[in-house]
Amino acid sequence: MAGATLLRRPIVWQVGTVVALRNETPRARTIILDLPDWPGHLAGQHVDVRLTAPDGYTAVRSYSIASAASAANRVELTVERLPDGEVSPYLTQELQVGDLLELRGPIGGWFVWRTEQTEPIQLVAGGSGIVPLMSMIRSRAKAHSTTQFRLLYSVREPDSVYYSDELQALSEQDKTISITYAYTRTTPKDWARPAGRIDAPLVAETTWPAKLRPTCYLCGPTSFVEAATRHLIANGMGDDMIRTERFGPTGDRK
Amino acid sequence: MNSYKDDHLDGNAAAGELSDLFAVDLSAAEGQCSHCGAVKPFAQSKLYMGGPGLIARCADCENVLLRMVKARQRVWLDLRGMAYLSVNVG
Repeated sequence: MAGATLLRRPIVWQVGTVVALRNETPRARTIILDLPDWPGHLAGQHVDVRLTAPDGYTAVRSYSIASAASAANRVELTVERLPDGEVSPYLTQELQVGDLLELRGPIGGWFVWRTEQTEPIQLVAGGSGIVPLMSMIRSRAKAHSTTQFRLLYSVREPDSVYYSDELQALSEQDKTISITYAYTRTTPKDWARPAGRIDAPLVAETTWPAKLRPTCYLCGPTSFVEAATRHLIANGMGDDMIRTERFGPTGDRK
Repeated sequence: MNSYKDDHLDGNAAAGELSDLFAVDLSAAEGQCSHCGAVKPFAQSKLYMGGPGLIARCADCENVLLRMVKARQRVWLDLRGMAYLSVNVG
């Protein structure tokens, strides 16, 4: 099977060239890389990016792949700038088209969605946790899959929504994907639900019932993932239906 | 156990580091906790990266499953906390 072959290939450091950059929000930027040695990737996988200073000091951070699963030599990463970050300010503010970037991947065979999966899919994103889930959404669209997808996307304010035009277009064209936004600080005008974190009633109303045996993919900061997991379990989801990917407050992930 | 609570990641996040040692992806491998007997994907262990190395703990009982430290051009790996690891090579 192609997926297994992908996962058995040794993961080596390689150098990619930045071919385009796209701003997603005031704090997040997508980096489009051409990677001559790239073996292709599955939806949900990540890469490790390594920056090396002139004195030899290195910093490695993991970033999720945003682009659809593909066998091509092209990968898109979306990176959020963290105010005290060591790596993300460089990636979001200084990196230019034509620059080289060292990375290894694709990494991870657990937090992945494959087009062969037929069960309903529940995606739950907190902030930049949308990135690997967007890869799943794009892979599904690319494969013309009719697997039922639901996304619950928690963001600070309307301006912090990644990929907003693309998500809106997808949910308008395709009734088998439904998206619920939850705003934690500021809502759009005339929004029914007041600003606040996701809670048990919202999760109960907008996510798949457990009896449909969905697979749930949760990605976001550790505290968000913990809370979302608790709400899903309270709704009857089993441990084996939930896959999580956390990232810490220091931005060690994403 | 509260001190462990909110500062961990998932075993997924160790997959890059572990690829320095293993030819297969360990995040999808299943391991059995040698303390409580739980069998889970390594990806769902609790991963602590704040110290000098990596520590993965059992998501159920917090037993240390794996320790990995890089020092002086060597990697030190302690897998005592796992009774076995089962890897899909299909």
